[in-house]
Amino acid sequence: MGFRKKDEEEYKSSGVHYKQSFGDRIISIITYIVYSIFAFVCVYPFYYIFINSISSNQLSERGKVIFIPLEVHFSNYASVMKIDGLFQAAKVSLGRTLVGTAIAVFTSAFLGYMFTRESMWARKFWFRVVAATMYFNAGIIPLYITITNLHLLNNFWVYVLPMAISPFYLILCKTFVESVPKELQDAAMIDGAGTLRIFFSIMIPVIKPILATVAIFTAVNQWNAFQDTLLYITDKKLYTLQFVLYQYINQASSIKALLNGSSGSANIAASMAKMQTATSIRMTVTIVVVAPILLVYPFFQRYFTKGIMIGAVKG
Amino acid sequence: MNKSKKKWRSFQEFLYILPFIILVLVFSYYPLYGWVYAFFDYKPPKPLSKELFVGLKWFKSMVENPVKVKQLLGVLRNTFAISGISLLFSWFPMIFAVFLNEIKCVPFKKFVQTVTTIPNFISWVLVYSIAYSVLSSTGVVNTILTNLGVIDKPILFLQSAEHVYFKQWLWLTWKNAGWAAIMYIAAITGIDEELMEAARVDGANRMQIIRHITIPSILPTYFVIVMLNLANFLTNGMEQFYVFANSFNKEYIQVLDLYVYNLAMGSGGYSLSVAISILKTLVSVVLLTATNKFSKLVRGEGFI
Repeated sequence: MGFRKKDEEEYKSSGVHYKQSFGDRIISIITYIVYSIFAFVCVYPFYYIFINSISSNQLSERGKVIFIPLEVHFSNYASVMKIDGLFQAAKVSLGRTLVGTAIAVFTSAFLGYMFTRESMWARKFWFRVVAATMYFNAGIIPLYITITNLHLLNNFWVYVLPMAISPFYLILCKTFVESVPKELQDAAMIDGAGTLRIFFSIMIPVIKPILATVAIFTAVNQWNAFQDTLLYITDKKLYTLQFVLYQYINQASSIKALLNGSSGSANIAASMAKMQTATSIRMTVTIVVVAPILLVYPFFQRYFTKGIMIGAVKG
Repeated sequence: MNKSKKKWRSFQEFLYILPFIILVLVFSYYPLYGWVYAFFDYKPPKPLSKELFVGLKWFKSMVENPVKVKQLLGVLRNTFAISGISLLFSWFPMIFAVFLNEIKCVPFKKFVQTVTTIPNFISWVLVYSIAYSVLSSTGVVNTILTNLGVIDKPILFLQSAEHVYFKQWLWLTWKNAGWAAIMYIAAITGIDEELMEAARVDGANRMQIIRHITIPSILPTYFVIVMLNLANFLTNGMEQFYVFANSFNKEYIQVLDLYVYNLAMGSGGYSLSVAISILKTLVSVVLLTATNKFSKLVRGEGFI
């Protein structure tokens, strides 16, 4: 045993012992520099917007806040929460994310499982009917007319129902279910468990890892969705955070109206540094919208990575 | 179990999924019926009627009406330019992965990988908001350039018709490259360590190992990516271009997907918009089948 361990160590260290040539070292240094730049380019914009959202609004308006926050205050976050509609938009975004994710996870798991049931009538045909939808799209107008006919315009469910079934995640789940030993289902069936019973008490616990991946991807997609609000929603009560943020960036006039509405005369006494500007609102809302993603991502990175890997195996 | 019971059970299982099948039919198949609008002069809220039937008028107008032809050519130029640049630089995530793998300091490597993949998970609206904040006239880029004395008045990066394709490609890369690299990183991890060791024993230096072992091993993955790029050549998605569009760059930023949207929602050309999206779908299906066939021919398996 001891001998083997020593052997292994020698083998491991052998790679390191090769002396790096001069050329290799130059490449090493350049690699570190270039990747530091890449990392900086990806991190800095978030940092920049964040420090501006907590700095003196006057200074940030003039572009003075670049590397360190100046005259730190957090009143921007309190003020944007008071803006008419923003809190409502946060509720809608959160609502669609929760409901949409729950439904998508359930349908992917359930259909993924059902399509492995060989006893089901016309199983292959129906599977093809669902899977084929990955490759075509009727287009904006036909879909719009369908949504109109279903009375889903200005309806919360338009955020959830069209995306309820995703063939891609369904196939992920199906592949996973297929990898689970058949004996597990057979044993349950002999014990008298029906199709649904097997799904809820045996399959769901077994396929949990893949469901986590499906959940995290759907949640991100739901949170980020923008186009459906643009197309189907005119009722301000149903606007999402993404949509409201887009409006804030593009319509200076609407921001001005918000400022007048929320500041009023009470704020005259407030210091100039804390007075809301179009820039401060835009930056603060950006942080509010991006924060959930930034906070969640590092913890769930492995699920994200797993998602692309399983997709890659298929592809 | 007797036969009729078995049959009932098989049908019962179908009944469980029926509600979901209906959802798929309603949201994915029923809208296909809307393609008939391409053959009418549809102006909502008037319902379709025989009098409004115009046959192939809209399809013909795409090649006959000089205004439409000019518009379409411009849109196609934009689509081809942006897809073309993406295709031309599609090797970037691969090279990114190859050299990232050369970094021996694991925490640094992990850090770079994490922060470069995050942008993939934020929406285009947020990307635009970031672009707006960083590149506006009082944004950090203009401030630094002014302080360094490189420029004396701010450059309006977003409100400009210059280098639109390249800028859009840069944002696309900022968002996607780190994520796209993950697949290559996995492929590199799969390379036999003994192969590398043997090369090192034979005195190969880093660049030689990269050139003769790493890159050849991950070329099959790259091939699939190129095929997918080709299959989606006409599909750029509209969100990116919708949020970045303004009156300065609109001539160059309007790609096919955005044009279909603008036609319908902006100028009320419902029927023409449907006609164009039908053609786009048909061409895309042909591209997908062709690239899939080609992939089967080259590496023995398709990607669908």
